[in-house]
Amino acid sequence: MHLAHYLGLLHRAQITLADAFRQVGAAHRDEPDVAHLCEQQARVCDGHAGRLEPFVRRYAEEAPEEPDRLHSELFRGTRTGGIGLLRDLQDLYLMANECDICWTMVGQAAQGVRDRDLFAVVQGCEGETTIQLQWLRGRMKQAAPQALIVAD
Amino acid sequence: MADRIVDPWGDRTPFGAGESWPVRVDQHLAAGLSPADVDRWVQSASILHSNGDAMDIAVKDQKIAGVRGRAADRVNRGRLDPKDLYGWQANNSPDRLTRPLIRRDGRLVETDWDTAMGRIVERSRQLLDGPGGWGHFGFYTSGQLFLEEYYTLGVLGKAGIGTPHMDGNTRLCTATAAAALKASFGTDGQPGSYADVDFCDAIALWGHNVAETQTVLWMRMLDRRRGPNPPAMLAVDPRDTPVAREADVHLRVRPGTNLALVNGLLREIVQRGWHDDRYIGEHTIGFDELSRTVEPYTPERVAEICDVPAADVERAAELLGTAQRLLSTVLQGFYQSNQATAASCAVNNLHLIRGMLGRPGAGVLQMNGQPTAQNTRETGADGDLPGLRNWDNPAHIEELAALWNVDPMTIPHWSPPTHAMQIWRYAEQGSIKLLWISATNPAVSLPDLARIRRILAQEGLFVVVQDLFLTETAELADVVLPAATWGEKTGTFTNADRTVHLSEKAVDPPGEARSDLDIFLDYARRMDFRDTDGEPLIGWTGPEEAFEAWKACSAGRPCDYTGLSYARLRGGSGIPWPCTAEAPDGTERLYSGGRFNTDPDYCETYGQDLTTGAEFTAAQYRAKEPGGRAFLHAASYAPSPEVPSDEYPLVLTTGRTVSQFHTRTKTSRAPELDAAAPEVWVELHPDDAARYGISDGDLVGLSSPRGAIQAPARIGGIRPGTVFVPFHYGYFDVPPSERVPRAANELTVTAWDPVSKQPIFKVAAVRIARLSGGN
Repeated sequence: MHLAHYLGLLHRAQITLADAFRQVGAAHRDEPDVAHLCEQQARVCDGHAGRLEPFVRRYAEEAPEEPDRLHSELFRGTRTGGIGLLRDLQDLYLMANECDICWTMVGQAAQGVRDRDLFAVVQGCEGETTIQLQWLRGRMKQAAPQALIVAD
Repeated sequence: MADRIVDPWGDRTPFGAGESWPVRVDQHLAAGLSPADVDRWVQSASILHSNGDAMDIAVKDQKIAGVRGRAADRVNRGRLDPKDLYGWQANNSPDRLTRPLIRRDGRLVETDWDTAMGRIVERSRQLLDGPGGWGHFGFYTSGQLFLEEYYTLGVLGKAGIGTPHMDGNTRLCTATAAAALKASFGTDGQPGSYADVDFCDAIALWGHNVAETQTVLWMRMLDRRRGPNPPAMLAVDPRDTPVAREADVHLRVRPGTNLALVNGLLREIVQRGWHDDRYIGEHTIGFDELSRTVEPYTPERVAEICDVPAADVERAAELLGTAQRLLSTVLQGFYQSNQATAASCAVNNLHLIRGMLGRPGAGVLQMNGQPTAQNTRETGADGDLPGLRNWDNPAHIEELAALWNVDPMTIPHWSPPTHAMQIWRYAEQGSIKLLWISATNPAVSLPDLARIRRILAQEGLFVVVQDLFLTETAELADVVLPAATWGEKTGTFTNADRTVHLSEKAVDPPGEARSDLDIFLDYARRMDFRDTDGEPLIGWTGPEEAFEAWKACSAGRPCDYTGLSYARLRGGSGIPWPCTAEAPDGTERLYSGGRFNTDPDYCETYGQDLTTGAEFTAAQYRAKEPGGRAFLHAASYAPSPEVPSDEYPLVLTTGRTVSQFHTRTKTSRAPELDAAAPEVWVELHPDDAARYGISDGDLVGLSSPRGAIQAPARIGGIRPGTVFVPFHYGYFDVPPSERVPRAANELTVTAWDPVSKQPIFKVAAVRIARLSGGN
């Protein structure tokens, strides 16, 4: 059963997303809303990782060896300036999307193995991931015209 | 008449539930003048607080010489706030701006209108030329102009220049009221009426020091409290205000924890079965999620988070839960604090789950800080679209485009209009290059003043300021335009309970000062803004024509003014909108039938997540199938972005004092008001005073990560661990070389509510030290 691999993938994705939120927040202290909400969403990701952990451990016992090239690197540090903010938010957006689709896969598997507890975790957390995506999309939409056609 | 400096509320005229509030006409005339000496009385209303009290201006020898309240008016029945009684004297101040100023070799020098406007237009044309030119403009306005001026500004900005970068200092005072009303009920607009005071059996004041911010409304409440069958009263405030002293239950909450408190009260009401299942079922969405969300907020947990006794939480819940006619008012203690919109929506929730809306005595008043703040929201001079339209609804944009005869693409609607704090950020980054500030003083009123001064002084930012006086902001401008004010121009404005008043011109403005309307019209003419047929974009030339144009824009929207006219507003009482052919005398209360403005084609917003501010899409909104029901929004408490630390162990909260308004531009020029509260102070609890070795009157230093101020200490009514500083005080009356930092906003933090974007003025971490003994 390969569920453990996807759980591991999602668990690690949540931890790296938390870290990326923190890095982006710290890099854009002059955008107080970005800084504050990135901190807040990093904590949300911490929570997700924490809730996944028992399931990662439990299913690892039944898992065969991890397949090749399971994990991918989406984030390589922050940038500065108006365009930099857009690109950083876009990185977060892609990473959150990775989490989002993983929640879907894990949710499917949870139903397949009739694991109510895991399914409940998925249902709670995927909604919060959707909010992250919506916030990031909205913040980028607001910033894009000024950054792309107005700023020097 | 009582000495209204000593007793701001004057004599009581008690009355019982359901009776009409007795008339009491307040009046103040220049020394030696009697009513018989007055040449003429000119109808107006107050712009010095959001009550919008109706009054008449006394004119003697072509000068304003006093005021008296209008007995017939529904808002005040003749009473006036001390600021109104004395504040008019500022109009006659010798230091009014009378000629335009421009910066030449680093100094502001007098010039003529042609030169000043020519300079603004020249810079505007340079900036507008090229793709994204609109993005170089920012308009930062006020809650002090008239409806006609805001509408004109909104049209020239949104359809002339085509910029979304327009907001007002109403963002600092009223943005959360608007956000909470939209989120809960579908559109902006106050459900309740001031007349609900006459009928209610309980009043809850949520972070609303009404005794000092809206003294006439407080008189109405006090008169009910002194009459037969008085209403019970709950106050939520970290300070020991006159309201808190009057209240039956005072919850002295830790700043920044309002949401936890209201969640706890909601939980208690549901647990005790005081909610109205029928109303919830027929008229709301989201009760199950709300119940789940508030479940953890037991009185004990609330006591811990908010630092109030659990028994008091239970008492408050009983007061709210057992009332038959509950009136709530909400103001800056909620709006300028942590989780502002979520906490204000929680108050709406309380009324919805108890079915306390739309009937006499059962109402919510999400208040405004400034009188004409409502008009910025209605007309689109702030971060909203005219007529409470939805920026994300293409049909609403089409309506505006048809009304103005412009290409819909001209009207910026790709995201919500830019909020004030973001406008300042763009100016700081250099992409906004022209910032036009009207009738407001951000160099004293915005958070983190050192930053604001730096932005205003920035090379490459062209700053236009139009105002009555050379304010701290005007000192840093490139062009200063002398503006006419209340009493010197005609127009309308709308108070917090939707009552529209006409204010007529009583006297000519001093020197070459012009009304804000004339200034905006002049700019539009010189910029030659045109519609798609090549006709002038703005066809009106005076206030009454502007009002008629606005009526067309408001038609069919919640704030429908089509039944109003200048003629109808003359002589009698103000009239609350909507006022239409079907409701010719206006509308006392909204949502009487429990039907809300949440229809997807009609609503002003598709909603936001209360924790992040993330905007929901039209499809997501439609999927909720609101069907005229209101939304119960649930959110969990989280601490404010800045909380006390070892280095900064105290919480600073800021606020108003009864005698001053804004940044004292007018009130400091009225001798009685200035003498009543001439200096800033720091209020602290006796325990904290003892800990830091501070005696009453000592000079203390207060510092935060942003800056520091000095002020005398006042020991008394505030919760331990919290200090209070009134936010009115700036520097204009002190020569630059002698200025000692004293503005509260030297200390406050640049942070805002994710939904309403209202800055958090009421939670900052500070430390205190005694500097020297008192005088």
